[in-house]
Amino acid sequence: MGRITLINTSRPENDMNRVKFENGRIRFDADRLFYKDLNFLLRDVLKEHKPEIISIHNVYGQRYIGTNLRQNVKIEIYGTPGNDLGAFMDGPTIEVFGNAQDGCGNTMNSGEIVVHGSAGDITGFAARGGEIFVKDDVGYRVGIHMKEYQGKKPTLVIGGTAQDFLGEYMAGGTLIVFGLYMSEEQRHRADFIGTGMHGGTIYIRGKVEEHQLGKELGKVEMKDDDWALMEEYAYKYAEHFGYNHKQILNRDFVKLVPLSLRPYGKLYAY
Amino acid sequence: MENLSRKQNPYNDGKVIDSCGLFGMMSLKGNTFSGEDAMTAIANMNIRGNGLGGGLAAYGIYPDRPDQYALHIMYENGRGREETEAFLKESFEIVFNEEVPHRDSATGVVNPPLVWRYFVNTLGSIKEEDQDDYVVEKVMFINTKIHDTFVFSSGKNMGVFKGVGFPENIGHYFCLEDYQGYLWTAHARFPTNTQAWWGGAHPFSILDWTVVHNGEISSYGTNKNFLEMYGYFCTMFTDTEVMAYAVDLLIRQHHLPIELMAKVLAAPLWSEIDRMPEDEKEVYTALRQVYAGLLLNGPFTVIIAHQGEMIGLGDRIRLRPLVAGLHKDMLYLSSEEAPMRLVCRDLEYSWIPKGGEPIIGRLETNEVIYQDKPVVVGMDKNANTSSA
Amino acid sequence: MLTHLLPEFKIIRDDERCIRCEVCVRQCGFDVHSYDAEEDMLYADENKCVGCQRCAVMCPTNALTIKPHDYEYRPNANWSKEHIRDLNKQAETGGVILTGSGNDKPYRIYWDHLVLNASQVTNPSIDPLREPMELRTYLGRKPDKVEFDNNQVKVDMPAQVMIETPIIFSALSYGAISYQAWKALLEAADEGGTLCNTGEGGWPHELRPGKTRVIAQCASGRFGVDLDYLNSASIVEIKIGQGAKPGIGGHLPGEKVSADVSRTRMIPEGTDAISPAPQHDIYSIEDLSMLIYALKEATHYEKPISVKISAVHNAPAIASGMVRAGADIIALDGLRGGTGAAPKIIRDNVGIPIELALAAVDQRLRNEGIRNQASILVAGGFRNSGDITKAIALGADAVYVGTAALVAMGCTLCQKCYTGICNWGICTQDPYLSKRLNPEIAKRRLVNLIRGWSLEIKEMLGGMGINALESLRGNRLHLRAIGLDQWELDVLGVRGAGD
Repeated sequence: MGRITLINTSRPENDMNRVKFENGRIRFDADRLFYKDLNFLLRDVLKEHKPEIISIHNVYGQRYIGTNLRQNVKIEIYGTPGNDLGAFMDGPTIEVFGNAQDGCGNTMNSGEIVVHGSAGDITGFAARGGEIFVKDDVGYRVGIHMKEYQGKKPTLVIGGTAQDFLGEYMAGGTLIVFGLYMSEEQRHRADFIGTGMHGGTIYIRGKVEEHQLGKELGKVEMKDDDWALMEEYAYKYAEHFGYNHKQILNRDFVKLVPLSLRPYGKLYAY
Repeated sequence: MENLSRKQNPYNDGKVIDSCGLFGMMSLKGNTFSGEDAMTAIANMNIRGNGLGGGLAAYGIYPDRPDQYALHIMYENGRGREETEAFLKESFEIVFNEEVPHRDSATGVVNPPLVWRYFVNTLGSIKEEDQDDYVVEKVMFINTKIHDTFVFSSGKNMGVFKGVGFPENIGHYFCLEDYQGYLWTAHARFPTNTQAWWGGAHPFSILDWTVVHNGEISSYGTNKNFLEMYGYFCTMFTDTEVMAYAVDLLIRQHHLPIELMAKVLAAPLWSEIDRMPEDEKEVYTALRQVYAGLLLNGPFTVIIAHQGEMIGLGDRIRLRPLVAGLHKDMLYLSSEEAPMRLVCRDLEYSWIPKGGEPIIGRLETNEVIYQDKPVVVGMDKNANTSSA
Repeated sequence: MLTHLLPEFKIIRDDERCIRCEVCVRQCGFDVHSYDAEEDMLYADENKCVGCQRCAVMCPTNALTIKPHDYEYRPNANWSKEHIRDLNKQAETGGVILTGSGNDKPYRIYWDHLVLNASQVTNPSIDPLREPMELRTYLGRKPDKVEFDNNQVKVDMPAQVMIETPIIFSALSYGAISYQAWKALLEAADEGGTLCNTGEGGWPHELRPGKTRVIAQCASGRFGVDLDYLNSASIVEIKIGQGAKPGIGGHLPGEKVSADVSRTRMIPEGTDAISPAPQHDIYSIEDLSMLIYALKEATHYEKPISVKISAVHNAPAIASGMVRAGADIIALDGLRGGTGAAPKIIRDNVGIPIELALAAVDQRLRNEGIRNQASILVAGGFRNSGDITKAIALGADAVYVGTAALVAMGCTLCQKCYTGICNWGICTQDPYLSKRLNPEIAKRRLVNLIRGWSLEIKEMLGGMGINALESLRGNRLHLRAIGLDQWELDVLGVRGAGD
């Protein structure tokens, strides 16, 4: 027996045939590609070519796109990316031409996600920074446990409406629900809004009944700087999705803030 | 399966824990199509399963024998088949029987048993209204008393195909691309233990009712006790079985409409009931009082199907995913959105149903019923924007 | 409202020994002692005393004796003093009773009913002082086989982490414990060739360079979890549950969220740090798989992913599912596991003993043929190297010690961790108190503990004729039980002594 060497076979091999270089852009075909292979390939291509923009096509359910990326790059996704899109992401911009599934922006640190459609449950879960724009509706528990600290403050903008437990346990950041595509009489879908909320702000345009609100938060009056903020994000939303931003500001907003930084301080017998 | 409990629950756990991916598709007009799309869709979610169980249910696949009960029966050996066939001969009039076609070359299936199908009529002495109960009783007998034998399904003009492997492998094994049905449901299973067997895969079925289910309900013991009081024996130790029996009790035995059945399994919260108008309040209070033992507490999503209907339902605080989609006459229900779009690239619209609100696709009326209709219609940018 | 509570401790001051130095006054964060200069007398408010013994230890003349108070109600086999006390506390406040540390109730401790084997005649015992004795352990998923081809050994080898001794510091978060205590654990793990666990409170940035012997926890609050945090560690652990409080989350009170804690957890200062009961992206086994692979993606598949659960009724089936969901390490925390704060009713009533959970999980994974696919870590009240050696024989790869590490640093299990006051400087963010803990000395005490226990484990291994720890792992033939019922023997997979 001669000299023996060890080969570790745990890493997937990149299929470079899927990657096309066109006019300074990188185009990448993800058709039926397993997510692990997709993400290894994506990371390697970004590392080697450092493109400003890369587009991924035929995405059907592949998870974790954008996870473990820290560079400034724009990733365009055509199709329906899988769960945990941009989880732990730190920097990139992702634009989805389609709907996003559950866990979009999970524990995101910085960067931007723009969804030209709807997004699923727990969108923006535990996000600490960056911005997420969803053109249409979102699912349950969106913005749950978002938090902020020092310069980091996440913002989540929802064009349509949201479902139950919106902003549950929210500890920071800004959650904006425009309620477009709803009539003035129609109330938002979410119940238990901001349950356990102890930081951050929720702005909701349109009708919200008292019983839809969690008991840890209260309505406060919109001030000038709140309107300025709404204008800023209405403008950004309109830019992304081709909408008239003035139409967004034509209806009243409800501003919701936590009543206490310590919602459960009185729960215990010491 | 004489030793069903031991087979299904080899470690004698309190219950059998599993979770999964679900998919269902139905033509509301009854147009038939092959099982290919359902297989493609469920395969796209195979990371939600772990290859230890998969299966599909199909409706409208036996148009030539629509009036006979189609029994899909698996045998682990010849002895089971001998005993079963003797039993079937004395219990039914067997109109036709054959081995369920399969591909020996199929990969990814583990120890396939012999699967045979029998098209049967109940004996002439059985009154029409008693026929279903009669079939249930005979199926229960086979499943609990006869060696090495298990009935996959026993409904009319429908069938369940399931086994150990990923669902697309099971579908390929059973040549499901050769069948034409108007309603297909599919299940990718993630059991925590391996000692999986073909009968333990899903869909779970009783008569023509099938259930595919995702989640792990915390009320299992309570639900099981309640059902046992009404004469159901929970031998599979799974949530799915409990749900199938609950549906049978509420709909077939107690004649509740599906909408109310959904309000028993995923009961409205008391805070919601407190806000209802007085008459509704009384209805929902009574339902919760009578059927407290059937509240499915904890995460679940279920796709229930029977002849002419497909029903999607999630728990009342939506702890498990369910996405719905519509395109022309097609209704889709899925654990994730991507598979719907994979098999229907220009899907008209999709939405996230509210927890506890059933989505019902109904062949009879060619309609989809859901109370919580989405405000935005799919990807169409211009839809409904005028109201803003 | 007049309180009906009687003091828990009695303070006896030997006036002849007391030199009025007032050390006790300064040492007590609970303000028990006070000095009246006019009378030149020291007084004690016994109602405030928690029995931590700090004043007694620091008293230069040993003038203080602190002992449980001997007041008695009418004897009652059903209603103990503790029941009456707790009930009164709730009648007076209407709140949930908090406590710290681990379950102190007299549930059976199986370690005390198990005995180890030793070699006699038929095979020799080994003298660890002179012969090689290996405790080295690799944590992580092991493939089923290697392939040999053309002088190449091919193996699909997932990430592995080496420890020199099977004793790991359990999850103790910065925020719950002081910076000094946290730093001592980190440095002791580094020096002792083992690992420490961040807990869910993040990892101070200045303590990252050069330190990798860390298990970084990703819990429901996701405090301090970012790419840098995850990639700085050796192992990432998803915390599902904790033995002291299965099924519930945690609230680090706002007053413990100092500027430093805020920076480390990446949350605003003074705000409650709320850890929800579940991880809200995990409501089922396939969701667990989703987070496991999210973390693998985030760490480029270079770190083993551990999943920690409380030992509960369905632990074997759950653990089997966790392995299939991709967990490389299964961590089980038993009934007696400690905590910085938990509702007492949960701590004392929920979960199962670690011994039974470990035996059942190891057995199930072997029955399923997947034991090699995950390492097993166990936690929950390990008191000495004997407990640890027995745990290895029951099937553990290594043991988490939390309470033992705290005791090594000075903790006396007064169970008042949740108050934010700790006279030993361990479980507090008050700079006046925390500076009492010298990280250098605390580290030395921790390293000594690991060294002493490791030596003892080697002695026990040698006695059994074993010179590599892996030969004891799951080797239950080296265990016998005393005083247990048949069902317990069956669960433990151990025969009775003499059998």
